[in-house]
Amino acid sequence: MRRFLNRWMEHGIETLIRLCGISAVLFVFGIFYFVFREGAGYLFNGLNLKEFFFSIAWHPTSVTHVRYGILALLAGTFSVTVLAMVLAVPFGLGAAIFISEFCNPRVRELLKIVIELLAAIPSVVWGFIGLTIMNSLIIRWFNTPIGLTLLNGGLILALMSVPIIVSIGEDALKAVPDSYREAALAMGATRWQLVYRVLFPAARNGLLAAVLLGVGRAVGETMAVLMATGHSVRIPTSLLDPVRTLTATIAAELGEAPVRSDHYQVLFIIGIVLFTITFCVNLTADLMVRGIRKRQA
Amino acid sequence: MTESSEYCIETLDLNLWYGSFQALKHINARIRRGRITSLIGPSGCGKTTLLRCFNRVNERYGNVRTTGDVRVLGQNLYDPQVSLVELRKAVGLVFQRPNPLPISIYENVVFGLRIHRDRSELKRARLDQAVEEALRSVDLWDSLKDRLRDRATGLQLEQQQKLCIARLLPLKPEVILMDEPCSALDTDATRGVEELMVSLAGRYALVVVTHNMAQARRVSDECIFMLMGELVEHSRTEDLFVNPKDPRTAEYIEGRYG
Ligand SMILES: Nc1ncnc2c1ncn2[C@@H]1O[C@H](COP(=O)(O)OP(=O)(O)OP(=O)(O)O)[C@@H](O)[C@H]1O
Ligand SMILES: [Mg+2]
Repeated sequence: MRRFLNRWMEHGIETLIRLCGISAVLFVFGIFYFVFREGAGYLFNGLNLKEFFFSIAWHPTSVTHVRYGILALLAGTFSVTVLAMVLAVPFGLGAAIFISEFCNPRVRELLKIVIELLAAIPSVVWGFIGLTIMNSLIIRWFNTPIGLTLLNGGLILALMSVPIIVSIGEDALKAVPDSYREAALAMGATRWQLVYRVLFPAARNGLLAAVLLGVGRAVGETMAVLMATGHSVRIPTSLLDPVRTLTATIAAELGEAPVRSDHYQVLFIIGIVLFTITFCVNLTADLMVRGIRKRQA
Repeated sequence: MTESSEYCIETLDLNLWYGSFQALKHINARIRRGRITSLIGPSGCGKTTLLRCFNRVNERYGNVRTTGDVRVLGQNLYDPQVSLVELRKAVGLVFQRPNPLPISIYENVVFGLRIHRDRSELKRARLDQAVEEALRSVDLWDSLKDRLRDRATGLQLEQQQKLCIARLLPLKPEVILMDEPCSALDTDATRGVEELMVSLAGRYALVVVTHNMAQARRVSDECIFMLMGELVEHSRTEDLFVNPKDPRTAEYIEGRYG
């Protein structure tokens, strides 16, 4: 009897664990399915794809001239992301190298805690910082009427991506076998030579993955950029232009768009576009991380 | 002490502590130029530690403290004016597990030149020549000459270990230190590396840590027997194995054979 019960328990627990595993996959597909379903009607019936991707006119609520062109929004997302990465990648990788190779254990622990704290700040708080502190700083430094600009959003996103880049980058460097370091040092390499001649090639994939995950973070971020970028639809020509991103557009307009209206459906199509972008970025990063593991095995 | 002395490495009352644990006690050793010297002794007696002292890689661990002198090529290692980079150029180290760098075979061999020489000196032809010379010295040239661009970490272990020796040669070291260079290799590969050691002797002084008595006997001119951080006996290989002076040496050798 007891054995029977044990067997039954075992079986039950196994099934439960399996369900948990499968549910993760189901959720991902479920989310994609519902986003797709909400947008599908208009996507296949009515949306002018050429205008959608190549027009900068975004007039979803105009009475006479409704236009759904996301080029400017794409440009907004793209420019903010690129700016954020230009700032965050050197800083993030530099910090990762410093933490893993140059500092003593006590400083290392301290820095890792600080980095984790940085990662734990909610995005709305970052947005708030952008809206108030950065805003006034930019107005003061650049003598512009408003500080809610591409520059502001890029800085905030950079600060938000740095922790990811640092922690994944540090993992990648830590995964480089110590025997490589000893080999290079015993031949008389200096620490810098060690970093760029040995660690960069050895940890290349992991460092790239760190950068891509940072990109994914920047592309998908909503609240902070909504608050910091000034929210005007245009293709930016300078760092001090306000911009609007894909994510911010969805967040700002979905509440007001009547359910099932064209506007509502277009916002979901933007969701699909975003989903596709982040999916590709993450997949690439993931394949690279996998690449490292395999090489080390 | 002059450069032309008969010895390339001398230690004077060398002591080393890991934290509060003394791993080397009053070591006085002299390593002859151009010869093969084996370091033998039971596990944990400090062979690796002593070997790593000779090019100061030990200092990577934060808790190491040393007293006494190590003179390499007439220079005191712990003299603040000694350049670690120059020292390590003259004293190469081969590790227990082959550790070629995760770059191409070619780049592994020229790694030393790249870190020690100016870019302007590194003409393509010169590098090519250095690679060929080094690989010929370790007898890898014929088997690898067509795949110099392959990743070195994909080679067989024996080839990896020979490559690790080859990459030291372009810098024209005086001494090559080897820490159980064959312990990760099978018998055939071991024979290959041993033959290589013998062929390198003369041009370079070799200091070889080994657990394998037969190997020490086969390859080395001189032997140093260590026990619990002390240097017990240092003599010519035949003498040490046939007529050990110290009873502890005799016990160790017999223990191994008996
Ligand atoms: N980094 C370290 N920190 C603390 N103690 C160490 C360290 N490295 C070695 N030791 C200790 O120092 C002693 C000598 O070690 P060493 O590695 O030199 O011995 P060995 O003769 O090479 O041994 P084996 O034949 O096993 O390689 C050992 O007791 C070891 O535990
Ligand atoms: Mg050892």
